[in-house]
Amino acid sequence: MLAQLSSPKFLRAALPAASFTVLLAAIFYVQPRAMSYFGMNLMLQYTVPIALATIAQMFIITVNDLDLSIGAFVGLTACIGATLLADTPLLGTLALAACVAAYAGLGALIHWRNLPSIVVTLGMSFVWLGIAVLILPTPGGTAPGWVKALMGLKVPYVPFPIIAAIVIGLVVHVALMRSSYGAVLRGVGGNPKAVGRAGWSLLKAKMTMYAAAGFFGVLSGLSLIGLTSAADAHIADRYTLYAIAGVILGGGEFTGGRVSPVGAVIGALTLALTGSFLTFLRISPDWQIGAQGGILIIVLALRALINRREA
Amino acid sequence: MLKKALMGATLLAATLNGGLALADTSAKRIALSNNYAGNSWRQAMLASWDKVTSQAVADGVVAEAPAFTTAENQVTEQAAQIQNMILQGYDAIVINAASPDALNGAVKQACDAGIVVVSFDGIVTEPCAYRIAVDFKAMGKVEVEYLATRLDGGNLLEIRGLAGVFVDDEISAGIHEGVEENPQFEIVGSVHGDWAQDVAQKAVAGILPSLPEIAAVVTQGGDGYGAAQAFAAAGRPTPLIVMGNRYDEMLWWKEQKDANGYATMSVSIAPGVGTLAFWVAQMILDGKQVPQDLTVPFLTITQDTLEESLANTQPGGVANVEYSLEDAMAVVTGE
Repeated sequence: MLAQLSSPKFLRAALPAASFTVLLAAIFYVQPRAMSYFGMNLMLQYTVPIALATIAQMFIITVNDLDLSIGAFVGLTACIGATLLADTPLLGTLALAACVAAYAGLGALIHWRNLPSIVVTLGMSFVWLGIAVLILPTPGGTAPGWVKALMGLKVPYVPFPIIAAIVIGLVVHVALMRSSYGAVLRGVGGNPKAVGRAGWSLLKAKMTMYAAAGFFGVLSGLSLIGLTSAADAHIADRYTLYAIAGVILGGGEFTGGRVSPVGAVIGALTLALTGSFLTFLRISPDWQIGAQGGILIIVLALRALINRREA
Repeated sequence: MLKKALMGATLLAATLNGGLALADTSAKRIALSNNYAGNSWRQAMLASWDKVTSQAVADGVVAEAPAFTTAENQVTEQAAQIQNMILQGYDAIVINAASPDALNGAVKQACDAGIVVVSFDGIVTEPCAYRIAVDFKAMGKVEVEYLATRLDGGNLLEIRGLAGVFVDDEISAGIHEGVEENPQFEIVGSVHGDWAQDVAQKAVAGILPSLPEIAAVVTQGGDGYGAAQAFAAAGRPTPLIVMGNRYDEMLWWKEQKDANGYATMSVSIAPGVGTLAFWVAQMILDGKQVPQDLTVPFLTITQDTLEESLANTQPGGVANVEYSLEDAMAVVTGE
């Protein structure tokens, strides 16, 4: 039993959850008011769209790519959600579906021409931003009522953001880690040649993962306007880095198809909570980005330590 | 764990309810949520906030009034910041917002938690918040009205701000409205000076050769000194140039005044408007009736107040005025 608990594999999986728990305990110590239904709800609310964007990024990282446009993309879907989807639901749904299809198309392009994903997505981030500004030139719009109602849901006993995080983590875990096609998809990141020889279409796999990323990007944008009730083309610019950091913090690797959906969600929560923690400590926001980077480095250093034991 | 959580919730509800009806604000805490600090105006705003609120804390008017600035001028970051302030139990939050609409969700949560929200400069549209807005249109109109008292009429050169920005459109609309009401004036040329001396100087120098005699220059602030330099370089008589409270503009004006009795006026928004928002928040906590929408008076410098304003302004800075509780009351009651 003890041997099992101290095995590198277990430690590695437990690290994200452990860092999250330590952070939460520290927050409760500094600001006891946070330890309530109301407090948890308030503090974790904005982690829902971040968790969804992190999952989107995780899909891309699974196939050894990196998405530098997810923040701008979330901003675009938020703008569509606050304008087209609210005014003409059919047109809005079509536009969002087109966004997902565009992401699948990006996956196909990157695979076909063997392009570096960083360059393609960096370029696309300006395209998404441009379209978002065209749709919503000045900040505004209104979120559809049902999105606001969903994000403002008051569940008895357990705050809604916690339930949302558990549902997101579990659904993606089952789909990607437990299903047989999920294993193939992860294999594309691990050993594409072997997967290709086994007769699976690499093109289809990449398109599936990019489409999934696009879908979760749409969910992220919608959940975000459900909270803010209005949109802005720049509303989610920060999400690109948050999402990458969340995946890595949650135990994912940049290469090899080694990711963890539950870990990614916890990673996103941890990152978002560091902001609250540092605010409660009265640390100037100018230091917060650096402090978040510091926490990231500590967690990664711990992981490197575990990995060495694994090897 | 559950029991503890529920207890925490009741405790919080109790503190929130208890803090509403009292008239004494010495135990109240007011926080500033600021979205940006990257220019001299914002730096002056934060310095004013610090100066006035630390005095208020020392006098026992409020318990504390810290300022928080987000690092990246991002809506999501500021929304999270406001939510953290709600959790920290501030009684009032003063906001200079990154977006007029996208913070409404967080602002509404603050209102629902019984927190007074006062927005200024970058205002929010959520109805439950108080707004201290700037009437830029009136600012433009005041310039032409002043010219009407000084001149019989003549040609005007208009220097505009940064194209496509709401503030530029508003000030310009005010100027044009003023000209319509005073038909003895005619705007014969218009350039964009981007609120910067060097840009304004270049733009004015470019258009001057094509213009008839100019009686006066209407500006938006930050561009008056550049216009004066352009007129001097072209060897043309210096017209009446309306200034915008910047240090270099006032310094030039002072030199001209001493040399040849040059007279003009200067108008802009004082960065100390944040301290007005502070007092408005304090008054609301004190139980006073305050209208939901207030308008900031702009800071006008006249021939008589020039020396005093210049002496109180840092080189490279902007003329400022910090509000006292009495000043804020005068604004609220519409004096």
